[in-house]
Amino acid sequence: MLDYIISKYNFWMYIVLMMIGLYAMVGKRNFVKKLIGMNIFQSAIILFYVSTGVKAGATVPILSGHGHGHEVIEVAKYLNPLPHVLMLTAIVVSIATTGVALAILILIYRRYNTLEEDEILKIRKDAGV
Amino acid sequence: MDVVYSSRPLWAVLVSMIAAFLILATGEKNRNLRESWTIIAGLAKFLIVFSMVPVIMQGKVIEYTLITFYPGLLLQFRIDAFGMMFGLIASSLWIATSFYSIGYVRALNEHAQTRYFFAFAMCLTSTIGIAFSANLLTFLVFYEMLTVATYPLVIHKESREAIIAGRKYFAYTLTAGCVLLFAIAMVYYQAGTLDFKAGGFLAGSGSDGLLIFLFVLLICGFGVKAGIMPLHEWLPTAMIAPTPVSALLHAVAVVTAGVFGCLRVILYVFGPVLLHDLGIWLIMAYIISFTVVGAGFLAVGQDHLKRRLAFSTINNLAMIILGAILLTRSSMTGGIIHMANHAFMKITLFFCAGAIHVKAHKDYVSQLDGLGRQMPLTFGAFAIGAIGLSGIPPVNGFISKWYLCLGTFEANQIIFLLVFLTSSTLDIVFFFPVIYKGFFKKPLDDVTPHFDEAPMMMVIPLTITALLSIIFGIAPDAFVRFFSITTLAVQNILGIG
Amino acid sequence: MAEQFAALIIVVPLICSFLVPVIGWWKKKLCYPWVVAVLVIPVIAALGVLNAVMTTGKFSYRLGGWAPPWGIEYALDYLSAFVLLIVSVISLIVAIHSKKSVEEELPEKTVPFYTLYLLLVTGLLGIVITGDVFNLFVFLEISSLSCYGLIAIGEEGAPIAAFNYVILGTIGACFYLLGIGYLYIATGSLNMADLSGILPNLYHSKVILVAFAFFTVGIMIKGALFPLHIWMPDAYSTAPSSVSALIAPLMTKVAAYVMIRIMFTIFQPHFSVEIVPVMPILGWLAVFAIFVGGIKALAQTDIKRMLVYILVAEVGYIVIGVSVANQIGLTGAILHIMNDAAMMACMFLVVGAVFYKTGTRNIYEMHYLNKKMPFTMAAFTITALSFCGIPPTCGFFSKWYLILGTIDAGQWVYAAALLGSSLINAVLFFRVIECAYFKPMQPAYANDGGETHLEIQRDEAPLSMLVPIIIMAAGVILLGLFSGNIISSIIQFAVPASF
Repeated sequence: MLDYIISKYNFWMYIVLMMIGLYAMVGKRNFVKKLIGMNIFQSAIILFYVSTGVKAGATVPILSGHGHGHEVIEVAKYLNPLPHVLMLTAIVVSIATTGVALAILILIYRRYNTLEEDEILKIRKDAGV
Repeated sequence: MDVVYSSRPLWAVLVSMIAAFLILATGEKNRNLRESWTIIAGLAKFLIVFSMVPVIMQGKVIEYTLITFYPGLLLQFRIDAFGMMFGLIASSLWIATSFYSIGYVRALNEHAQTRYFFAFAMCLTSTIGIAFSANLLTFLVFYEMLTVATYPLVIHKESREAIIAGRKYFAYTLTAGCVLLFAIAMVYYQAGTLDFKAGGFLAGSGSDGLLIFLFVLLICGFGVKAGIMPLHEWLPTAMIAPTPVSALLHAVAVVTAGVFGCLRVILYVFGPVLLHDLGIWLIMAYIISFTVVGAGFLAVGQDHLKRRLAFSTINNLAMIILGAILLTRSSMTGGIIHMANHAFMKITLFFCAGAIHVKAHKDYVSQLDGLGRQMPLTFGAFAIGAIGLSGIPPVNGFISKWYLCLGTFEANQIIFLLVFLTSSTLDIVFFFPVIYKGFFKKPLDDVTPHFDEAPMMMVIPLTITALLSIIFGIAPDAFVRFFSITTLAVQNILGIG
Repeated sequence: MAEQFAALIIVVPLICSFLVPVIGWWKKKLCYPWVVAVLVIPVIAALGVLNAVMTTGKFSYRLGGWAPPWGIEYALDYLSAFVLLIVSVISLIVAIHSKKSVEEELPEKTVPFYTLYLLLVTGLLGIVITGDVFNLFVFLEISSLSCYGLIAIGEEGAPIAAFNYVILGTIGACFYLLGIGYLYIATGSLNMADLSGILPNLYHSKVILVAFAFFTVGIMIKGALFPLHIWMPDAYSTAPSSVSALIAPLMTKVAAYVMIRIMFTIFQPHFSVEIVPVMPILGWLAVFAIFVGGIKALAQTDIKRMLVYILVAEVGYIVIGVSVANQIGLTGAILHIMNDAAMMACMFLVVGAVFYKTGTRNIYEMHYLNKKMPFTMAAFTITALSFCGIPPTCGFFSKWYLILGTIDAGQWVYAAALLGSSLINAVLFFRVIECAYFKPMQPAYANDGGETHLEIQRDEAPLSMLVPIIIMAAGVILLGLFSGNIISSIIQFAVPASF
């Protein structure tokens, strides 16, 4: 059992990270903490993708030997680059999301002077919304 | 059966819809022009419908397909004898109602007249659509349109009471619409078709239990508008509407559409043979009998004239359905012809109630003492209608009752004869006091002692419908050949000749 | 030619959205005509694509010339071409309508508004057109990000609603992304067509099951299916009028489209129905969605919030059609994607116009609106009837097919939910209609005279609002009358053949 966990430790880590992120997003009452939780959540998924592309002892899939096509390509020696490439896009998306979220937070802060959800709710309640 | 393809059914339906939009466009600015649209459309509609009678009498049907949705699922008009019957009733009475409405709303200086005439025209569009629909889907489409088009009329007064009446009307009819939608979807799923067929098409397309379930659903769905007890509650409440609307609701369009739907289900979806096999007809007949008698008793207790008429309507509609569900030749003839006869008599009675309201501002039976001397024409017409509904010759109600009673013998169910007779007795009990009070009681102080009738626009239509009731009593086949058409419809259903 | 159309659908709005700030910097007033002109192109292109699909069958466009399954492919079949047309037409009509309400509600933010508007449309069109699961994720995020921004510029509570939407929307997108990851581990492919060929051999693998679960939950969040709809009412009701009019009809519909794609294209119906017990779960959630949406809507006095809760119920309709998993139910679901998009768009446009003219969204403050804005209210009434399922409006026909589907599947509770929802909708809308048409402002109308009512001046919405509203209202009726043609020429081919 322990072997099983250790042999796949990177996947376990991703699950732990994801749960931490999820908890922060749902359980925390501060908007910035929620946002950080969201970032952890996204990073966990990136970690997951990257681990799927890793192989022990393999290298980047760039052909050496000047490409004469004579030598046999051993698949086991090379990494699958696609998950990593996909994650470039996912990172861009996650940064954009963070940016938008931060902009919204600035908007909220300007309006209410706080980023605590409870306080904002109280302010809005007092204002009769 | 020969089929004639023609676009005339479509025009019969469309003409009033076009008129409705012309009415809306003309608006309050030019009242005479607006009203003339109504009249023109009414006449045109009647003429178009009437022009198709000879074709129907040759035993042919007229068909027009509007839109095909799916194999076996179309928006289609098909005029058979039974549909023709309803079409004739509705389109002929619309003319009378139009004239009467104009007199009524002008005499009372009603508000929102444009909306009123618009909704009226839309009602008639849907009614003729119902009459001419070839299948249950088309029927449902126009049936729901009728529900919506009637709503502005029911709450015309815009008072709190009227709005609540409107809500009640919607609560009943829209729920019924949902039940129907489900039932019709089930029928389609089981039978793969929805086309009305004289004698029914559902035989063998499901287990007995399922078919009985469907029958109950369909009858409940249509029964709401037909006022079958205990689904009738909306009808007396809707009496808050202006009187021409009540006349339309009760005699021309809405409730008759409900009855028409019930008859279509009984005779054209299930058919006499299947209903006999299922054995459900007798149970249904007992339930309907309860409505016939119960509504009669309830009517006796009403002091409000229009409410009394409303319960009389429930009573008569139930008789029509009872005639159909007895499933014999005479009872069906009686039921179908009673649709026409009842419509003419009941519209007369409502017109009278409206004339009394406009002229004397009286709504209650107890206030009518001596009013007959002031308004002899109105009360005379009322007397004719009342005599007819009680089944006394020579008014047309006698003919329907005669056939209905014959039907009970044919069906070997003498108990229903008792139902019909009780109902006629009750008719006398609740109508004759009105006549008696009007003509023979000492006038109340506010009654003008000399002749002082309601506006002619109202008196003439009600006189005409009263006279027609007598004429149809003496010569049932006069003018529009109601009797021949009925006979033809019954022959088709029973598969004779 | 048709293949170029497929590329144009995405490329034109994408590039033109980046030109909006440039144009706005030069002349602010030109933004509106520019956006409208740009949005005409996807409509034409979508028509071209649909025509090509109908004449020559489905085809695909290889982005950059790379062959699938390695390159990204735009897959055009009946379903995607049909939904593309819906999305492009509605976004064009809403854009035409937006002129006055944007000027009124967001006077200083017209330029960013139109930039984001085009980006959002690009994202939605991209989700529909793409044949690559990862590319779908990217477009999903493009549309979501622009949506967050658009919502945040709304009224008082909008930023908070938008932030909550960001959080939940990201969870949804991440779940979807995880689903892709698991699928990729198992199959090594991202192309939908390729996946559907590989997957049947792996149907009993746990990895595939997990992927499917992640997909379903992710799309449920994006599509606001009960109980994951909680972000939606706040976000959609606080957004500016034009924004709600765009996202309310389209976002949920596109998510429903993705759901159909995943369940019946990537996975075969055989898997989604028999191997995973997901259909009953979805169906029952949809039933709850319909009732909870309806009941919550009853509690609202703000008409926009009411509509959003109705939207929750409408999503339930589509999901019921998907979950009965038969030919006719799915026909109903796809038909309802179109019909509900039209109905919702029309409703939100009407609400936008009313808000623009009267400044109120409270349904009890709409007295005599039929005299002030007769055409707008006529459109409202027609659409309301459609929501109540009154024929011959389009709402009736989608209900008809959905109910036939539930009968076919023997799911009586679903049928009852669909019917009950019509009645709830009737109550909801007739509350408004009663107020707008019949409620007297004066004490009760006196029977003996007609003078008691006030003279109300007509004060109709400007033409730029009225024309789109009337087009949509006419559409609600015409789509109903011609639903037969639409089904027989498009939708019946859009339903997966394996049913």
